[in-house]
Amino acid sequence: MFDYVWLIPVFPAIGVLINGFLGKRIEKFNKSIVHWVACGAVGLSFLVTCIIFFQMLGLEPEHRFYEFTCFNWISGGVLQTYVAYQIDPLSMLMCMFVTGVGFLIHVYSIGYMAHDEGRYYRFFTYLNLFMFSMINLILANNFLLMFLGWEGVGMCSYLLIGFWFSEEANAVAGKKAFITNRVGDFFFIVGMLVLFCGLGEHGVWSFQFSRVFPNVHLLSPNTVTLVCLLFFAGCTAKSAQIPLYIWLPDAMAGPTPVSALIHAATMVTSGVYMVARSNILYSLSPFAMGVVAVVGALTALFAASIGLAQNDIKKVLAYSTVSQLGYMFLGLGVGAYAAGMFHVLTHSFFKALLFMGAGSVIHAMSGEQDMRLMGGLRKKTPITFITMFIATLAIAGIPGLSGFFSKDEILWQAYSSPHGHFLLWLTGAVAAGMTAFYMFRLIFMTFYNENRAPEDVQHHIHESPKAMTVPLMVLAVLSVIGGYLGVPHALGGSNRFHKFLDPVMGMGPDKIFQKAAGGSLHHVAEGSHVAAHHPSLFMEYLLMAVSVAIALIGIYIAYVMYVKKRDLPEKLAEKFRLLHRMLFNKWYVDELYTLVIIRPFHGISNFFWKIIDVIMIDGMVNGVARVVGWGSSVLRLIQSGYVQCYAVSIIFGTVALLVYYFLKIAG
Amino acid sequence: MNQLDFPIISLVTFFPLVGAITVMLISKERKDALRTAALVVSLIEFIISLPVLIYFKSGTHGMQFVENVPWVKSLGISYFMGIDGISLWIVILTTFLTPVCILSSWNYIQKWVKEYMVCMLLLETAMLGALVSLDLVLFYVFWELMLIPMYMLIGVWGGPRRIYAALKFFLYTAAGSVFMLLAIIFLYYYNHKVTGVYTFNLLELYNLNIPVSVQFWLCVAFFLSFAIKVPMFPLHTWLPDAHVEAPTAGSVILAGVLLKMGTYGFLRFAIPLFPYATHQFTPVIAALSVIGIIYGAMVAMVQPDIKKLVAYSSVSHLGYVMLGIFAFNIQGIEGGLYQMLNHGISTGALFLLVGMLYERRHTRLIKDFGGIAKVMPVFATFFMIITLSSVAVPGTNGFVGEFMILVGAFRSYPVFAVIAVSGAILGAMYMLWMYQRVMFCPLDKPENQKLKDINAREIITLLPLVILVFVMGFFPGLFLRKMDATVEHFLENYNKRYEMYAQQETAEQLEAKIAAVVSERSEAPRLQGGASR
Repeated sequence: MFDYVWLIPVFPAIGVLINGFLGKRIEKFNKSIVHWVACGAVGLSFLVTCIIFFQMLGLEPEHRFYEFTCFNWISGGVLQTYVAYQIDPLSMLMCMFVTGVGFLIHVYSIGYMAHDEGRYYRFFTYLNLFMFSMINLILANNFLLMFLGWEGVGMCSYLLIGFWFSEEANAVAGKKAFITNRVGDFFFIVGMLVLFCGLGEHGVWSFQFSRVFPNVHLLSPNTVTLVCLLFFAGCTAKSAQIPLYIWLPDAMAGPTPVSALIHAATMVTSGVYMVARSNILYSLSPFAMGVVAVVGALTALFAASIGLAQNDIKKVLAYSTVSQLGYMFLGLGVGAYAAGMFHVLTHSFFKALLFMGAGSVIHAMSGEQDMRLMGGLRKKTPITFITMFIATLAIAGIPGLSGFFSKDEILWQAYSSPHGHFLLWLTGAVAAGMTAFYMFRLIFMTFYNENRAPEDVQHHIHESPKAMTVPLMVLAVLSVIGGYLGVPHALGGSNRFHKFLDPVMGMGPDKIFQKAAGGSLHHVAEGSHVAAHHPSLFMEYLLMAVSVAIALIGIYIAYVMYVKKRDLPEKLAEKFRLLHRMLFNKWYVDELYTLVIIRPFHGISNFFWKIIDVIMIDGMVNGVARVVGWGSSVLRLIQSGYVQCYAVSIIFGTVALLVYYFLKIAG
Repeated sequence: MNQLDFPIISLVTFFPLVGAITVMLISKERKDALRTAALVVSLIEFIISLPVLIYFKSGTHGMQFVENVPWVKSLGISYFMGIDGISLWIVILTTFLTPVCILSSWNYIQKWVKEYMVCMLLLETAMLGALVSLDLVLFYVFWELMLIPMYMLIGVWGGPRRIYAALKFFLYTAAGSVFMLLAIIFLYYYNHKVTGVYTFNLLELYNLNIPVSVQFWLCVAFFLSFAIKVPMFPLHTWLPDAHVEAPTAGSVILAGVLLKMGTYGFLRFAIPLFPYATHQFTPVIAALSVIGIIYGAMVAMVQPDIKKLVAYSSVSHLGYVMLGIFAFNIQGIEGGLYQMLNHGISTGALFLLVGMLYERRHTRLIKDFGGIAKVMPVFATFFMIITLSSVAVPGTNGFVGEFMILVGAFRSYPVFAVIAVSGAILGAMYMLWMYQRVMFCPLDKPENQKLKDINAREIITLLPLVILVFVMGFFPGLFLRKMDATVEHFLENYNKRYEMYAQQETAEQLEAKIAAVVSERSEAPRLQGGASR
């Protein structure tokens, strides 16, 4: 079945072609065919993924690697690239949840987009196109095809954020997303070029993972660090880290299923995937790892702080996503690649659920997104409430739910790993407390107390249709049980998740050199993470308890502020006016960028056009023309046509000549 | 004679001319008949150019389908034509774009339809002739012949400032050509001096050993002529004016083929004739290309007129082509050639799209639009695909060319390459910002609310281009493999000849040094003597 891996991206591509070309007619004929095609395509991809996944599980861990080449893509001289896919634990893991969660969100969209007449087919075309790109990103066996997916998902995100383009804000948000991502892509391309040419110097001209990674020891340490930093800079755009996270909150302008699929569960995690995929490179550069960890931790804290004061339900979730992605990078940065990926997985369950729940709430509230106008929805939309509540418990890190296991593992590694530091742990733990606070703030403001919406909206409040609630329930179950894939040793588990990823992640720097020295691959993979040193078990329990305590405190404060003493938030806002203003206005980062980058840039561009092009270059060109014209007009005066004038000039000329010769002879 | 035993190149080159004469026979009044006739001629032309593609042998680097007949024996001028991997695709692009252009001017051109169609067909002959000529005189004739129909297209069927733009176009280009003519004549006499043979045969002149100091000036003359055509910064200011004033089809041809004449000229003439001087100029050209990329993109961003924006984007795109060529490795040159095709398709299509908007609204100012996607969804889709191709999203043709160029450039000049990559950000900025202001946002202007979506003719005009965008994006091998042998040989030859000159140069320098030392020694006592006196 491995040879059919190409079917996974091809199904959504077929969906794109059918709905893209014929969608308009199909929609007029029968709307449901449109979504059956789209959901069917992703469903089939999921099915094929499952088959391949379980077939792979049947193999010995060291044999879980397979490459399938479709055709030669961009080639010329030493540059040879292929459209080729790779099957290994990491790619299949990503593919499982991307197609799985993607399928659920496709189904959810049937309900959510039902009222969008005329452009229904377009929405599903874009969604399928996104799936196609995302699958390429994940399954690619080389950096270039990965880049096709990388840019492709950015492009789809652009199309989908601006889906309701008639409002300027949406169109602007889409463009902002694309351009910010382009800035990241700039770094990605440069990183690829440095890597490609750097290895080329040693005779390895390739973008292929299975050729690049075993040879990275040939690169000088500085090159490795440079490549790592460039790739990570690419990730800061795609995975919304400081300083390029700015597009993600605005991206909430898109339809909610899009936010759930692209801006929570899948696309934004591709940066994490890329770093995890390149873990060998990062392992060789402690400095780059440090940067990743620090940026991740700061983003986690910074975004969580903004999340505290937002009133738009989707904006809260957006900042929460940025913050959670920060956690993942924190994990990667301290060398806990598997833990980072684990959080990607659990996060994709509970965050997709939260977004879809929020979508359900918005649906119920006739499009209202401001939480100040919500409240009391607990009774009227029970399924949405229960499922969202579960997801909130998961993200807050309450023991027993998926988020607890993955987040705690990252925090523990941030403290205990050789690359870790107490401050990294502390930042993460504080951010965890904030997370618990703002998430419960969201729950309390939305589902508790009385409804604050206008009368006519209140009448319409209803639970969403089955197409929307069933995916919610499925994800709720996953949010609970997802964590048991990776129960840590400290809690009596065996951490199967780590073991599963070992063939990909187990290649620490020592092993690379060892392998270069002649050791065989699986020999190395064996003892990889067993070697990770274990500080005391007591410390692990202690930190676990502390982080749970912090989360509980966060929840309690939210309870006090938004259920018990509801005048408290305003009083606090009054008291800490400046802080509140800063948080509410997202630390004025957008304004800063406009002032420092965008305005001067437009100024320079205008200068180039109006001064250099029009005045200087064209001025010179037209000047030459004018001088020639003026010269001719002067010369024209001589051609007067009067014979007398000509006669006089002949005489003068002769005289002048004679004088000249006389002088010459005399001289 | 050649693999087809048939003068296929002559047929391809002169068929449009024959067509033009046929069109002339049709009565002036029968406008639709004129249009149809021109379209049919250009379509047949495209079909007869296909055997060139089909029978082209990818494995060899030499000229193919060669025709070589003496023309003016006494002067050594011959009718020498041939195609290789460098010119092949541009020839096909030319025959492909001409029907598209004629189709696009179906309704737009209402006055002097006959003359217009004659001009278009004549232009096609001139362009093809310039691309296949291997004799310098023959080439020069076609090169100058291109100017006349284009001058007419802009000057007669153009916009309000057409006379200024047409003159500017003509003078700029002619000024460059004059230097080239001088250089050609010099080469001719110099060749006679060295070999005793009068010839304009390009392939023979390739082997000429030109002293370095002379080579420098000849190279400047050729470079100037081609750089204006490309156009390279800072010789680009004729382009925006010409594009803005030209009718849609004129812009498409101008962007699609005429600009490629410049880059083609570098590859066919300037570089192989003067390898040593080229090598000396390479950093300058590469730097100017990079400036062109950034500068063109930045200026494009602040244009209020869509067509002018696209025109400046051409400056930026052609900067990539030049950067690729002057990287002097396979990736760079193939990428450059590929980008030439891409630019012909994407920018050509952009001009078509802008033309469609203009036909409906009679304005091209971005601020007059907004929300068009709502009333013209099909148009919006086409526009979006072409926009994405222009900003080089992977999966479209633009990415393949740009990426190869970047790889090539990075191998030669990492710093320039990195700056060039940032051009991709700017590309996205100006294109998407324009798209947003034109197609998205509220549909608030009453004039825009009744616009009709594009009709079947317009869809047929655009569809082949859009299909090519994806075919070229996913299967570049189809195109690149036909270039491989020629490009490899081109590089080999360039390097070999450069080495030769370099050795000569060092030998000469060494001799000069020895001479200087010797004369210094012999003069030294005298000077000392002088000082003592």
